[in-house]
Amino acid sequence: MGQRTLSPDHSSSRYASLYFCCAVENQDNELLTLEIVHRYVEMLDKYFGNVCELDIIFNFEKAYFILDEFIIGGEIQETSKKSAVKAIEDSDMLQEVSTQFLMPREKMMVVL
Amino acid sequence: MVASSSSLKLQDLIQEIREAKTQAQEREVIQKECAHIRASFRDGDPLHRHRQLAKLLYVHMLGYPAHFGQMECLKLIASPRFTDKRVGYLGAMLLLDERQDAHLLITNSIKNDLSQGIQAVQGLALCTLSATGSAEMCRDLATEVEKLLLQPSAYVRKKAVLTAVHMIRKVPELSNIFLPPCAQLLHEHHHGVLLGTITLITELCERSPAALKHFRKMVPQLVHILRTLVTTGYSTEHSISGVSDPFLQVQILRLLRILGRNHEESSETMNDLLAQVATNTDTSRNAGNAVLFETVLTIMDIRSAAGLRVLAVNILGRFLLNNDRNIRYVALTSLLRLVQSDHSAVQRHRPTVVECLREPDGSLSRRALELSLALVNSSNVRAMTQELQGFLESCPPDLQADCASGILLAAERFAPTKRWHIDTTLRVLMTAGTHVRDDAVANLTQLIGGAQELHAYSVRRLYSALAEDISQQPLVQVAAWCIGEYGDLLLEGSCEETEPLQVEEEEVLALLERVLQSHMSLPATRGYALTALMKLSTRLHGDNNRIRQVVSVYGSCLDVELQQRAVEYNTLFRKYDHMRAAILEKIPLVERGGSQADEEAKESKETAQLSEAAPVPTEPQASKLLDLLDLLDGPSGDAQHPPPLDPTPGGALIHLLNLPCAPPPPAPIPNLKVFEREGLQLNLSFVRPPGTPTLLLITVTATNTSGGDVTHFICQAAVPKSFQLQLQAPSGDTVPAQGGLPTTQLLRILNPKKAPLRLKLRLTYNHFGQSVQEIFEVNNLPVETWQ
Repeated sequence: MGQRTLSPDHSSSRYASLYFCCAVENQDNELLTLEIVHRYVEMLDKYFGNVCELDIIFNFEKAYFILDEFIIGGEIQETSKKSAVKAIEDSDMLQEVSTQFLMPREKMMVVL
Repeated sequence: MVASSSSLKLQDLIQEIREAKTQAQEREVIQKECAHIRASFRDGDPLHRHRQLAKLLYVHMLGYPAHFGQMECLKLIASPRFTDKRVGYLGAMLLLDERQDAHLLITNSIKNDLSQGIQAVQGLALCTLSATGSAEMCRDLATEVEKLLLQPSAYVRKKAVLTAVHMIRKVPELSNIFLPPCAQLLHEHHHGVLLGTITLITELCERSPAALKHFRKMVPQLVHILRTLVTTGYSTEHSISGVSDPFLQVQILRLLRILGRNHEESSETMNDLLAQVATNTDTSRNAGNAVLFETVLTIMDIRSAAGLRVLAVNILGRFLLNNDRNIRYVALTSLLRLVQSDHSAVQRHRPTVVECLREPDGSLSRRALELSLALVNSSNVRAMTQELQGFLESCPPDLQADCASGILLAAERFAPTKRWHIDTTLRVLMTAGTHVRDDAVANLTQLIGGAQELHAYSVRRLYSALAEDISQQPLVQVAAWCIGEYGDLLLEGSCEETEPLQVEEEEVLALLERVLQSHMSLPATRGYALTALMKLSTRLHGDNNRIRQVVSVYGSCLDVELQQRAVEYNTLFRKYDHMRAAILEKIPLVERGGSQADEEAKESKETAQLSEAAPVPTEPQASKLLDLLDLLDGPSGDAQHPPPLDPTPGGALIHLLNLPCAPPPPAPIPNLKVFEREGLQLNLSFVRPPGTPTLLLITVTATNTSGGDVTHFICQAAVPKSFQLQLQAPSGDTVPAQGGLPTTQLLRILNPKKAPLRLKLRLTYNHFGQSVQEIFEVNNLPVETWQ
């Protein structure tokens, strides 16, 4: 678990060398925000397997995709780690399949 | 193609950027690559477009311009390939916000993707819509989203619900479309969809009172859902540290809060559940505490039972003892919000709050300070002040001002004794003198001046403090004033309340001179010191050569203010020595009410006294100067005083020459009870406004302590012919029973001939079913009403 701090308009968590910052509104539950950040980190961890800074840098678009399976429009959409990560994996599979059908040569370039 | 072969793969680009050793190098790499990307876009290479855009997005994240990729996003979104869509939609969310012209063009693609069958694609479209959808787009696509709320796939439903939330935020009228499906959606078992539904309902209720009323009917259902979740709904994939889906719990609690606010019935329905959650949630980890916190917020905001409120405050009190700093933080913030409404409950945790003053973290100690100050009352003021003063000595500078003024304010409100008040103020000035408010000096001199029994004590303490440290300006100013005023008490030698202090005259003078000469002293402080020296010339017994020397030196001081004083004092020594004693007498106590107000009040009273024959204790000229010095030396305005004469200069001089001494304010005229019958009582109160000596204002107050109302009450008055009488309308004609609100009526009486006042009253009213008439003359009118 990382170090976490709160302040009137943002919360931040620190996991080893990673800092996560999250903007909150007045009525938001700050303690829950810390849980949200932690949940996201767990999702990254589950997807990448022992996530580290480089994983996020070199796969930044995946980080976005995972976030989009967790939060939409600022609100949480899925509280199950398993379902969220499965959705990403399904999409990855779809990406691969669609390239298989259309451009066999491009199979190598699925990982951007 | 030449362009693509020399352009990098995304990962290689990232690698190269990271390897750049300077900003310039990084810029070079990026500019080179962007040129390739631009060329690729121009040439229209559909195969690699997604890769090029991905690179562009990375560069955009680093802060470089990426606007030329906007149209590419559109093309990618429109492509049938999933890879393209995935990157394209991400690009749209990052590059195509509402301010861009191309933004609206994605509407059609989104519309198409919403209606085709692959749920991953629908998900992308919904996500983009809720992240960047403009009001116009939302209106266009509302019905599409509404259809998706009924989709068989939970994956799509959960995203559609949250897209609806966004749409309502952008276009509130769309609430009409999204309110009806909620009832159905509330039966969902899928946590994600349920969570989205609760969020949607919350949004609807926050925007429309009608929706709020509608959804209140669902409180029992919501209570049931939460209860099930808490007692039986344990599922590993949704739980955190043994707490069932805390995200969902918190969301439901928030909705309950909104529904129960100001609504007795709903509040009662959820009362038991809230108590259950508050007592049974596991608090060993943050997830449980998050739920508990939300529960507390809900309890405090709805109409909950008193016992439940106390429970909530106690939970916050427990939070204060938690090891986790964040939990202490939310506890302090919440208690601060509750300290007014639930004061006694919060008081119980005062010791813990005071402990939090010792927090090393600034944001925590600041909140602890605010809360501590709010908890001071007359029974704990001594202990609390002790703690706060300890805090003041060690707290960071940005909190010192707040702490100092907080202590002084609390001292003013709750001081148990005058001596304690003086001691406390002194201690604050000594610790944080530079951070106190401007009126602290005035307040302290006022306080000391008014406590005659403590003059000796005060002057000794101040002398000792000054001897130790002449840098804290407010303290120096008060000390100088005090030494000047009560210097004789300082030298007298004995005072039981402090340690025996042997002070020589020379030492006192030397100290004041030090203050005068110190570069740390402000001009105002110097003024105080000079005047104090001057006053000592009459208080001390030695010869005044030393004082005369100092005064004459400052006669040529560069500071105009000091120079003026010194010259005047010099003149006092040389030409008016016989009057010096009278002029430098001890100041009478100034009335409370702020320095400026004091000046004006004194001036207006002087004008009022013009027609009165006030006794003249000293010669006119000496008293003229006495006034001048009075106003100069008063605690209320040494540094920047207005000209000490009142606004009409010519008139003022005449006043001062004729009736020179500062007269005491007129004593208030005592009230008079004039009538009593069967519980109905009539009282007269009198005011002679200063400035209009012929005017008398009488307020007639009727009170009724009997068991029956007095109705149709009319009061009439008569006065002798030389008087003019004006009756104003009464506040009412019913005097309610059992000591209810009294009726009042104002009488204005002008008495230009200053004749003795006579007053006759006629009363008519109904009481206990009978009509009553009374006529009588008011006896024992005080002479102050007409003299």
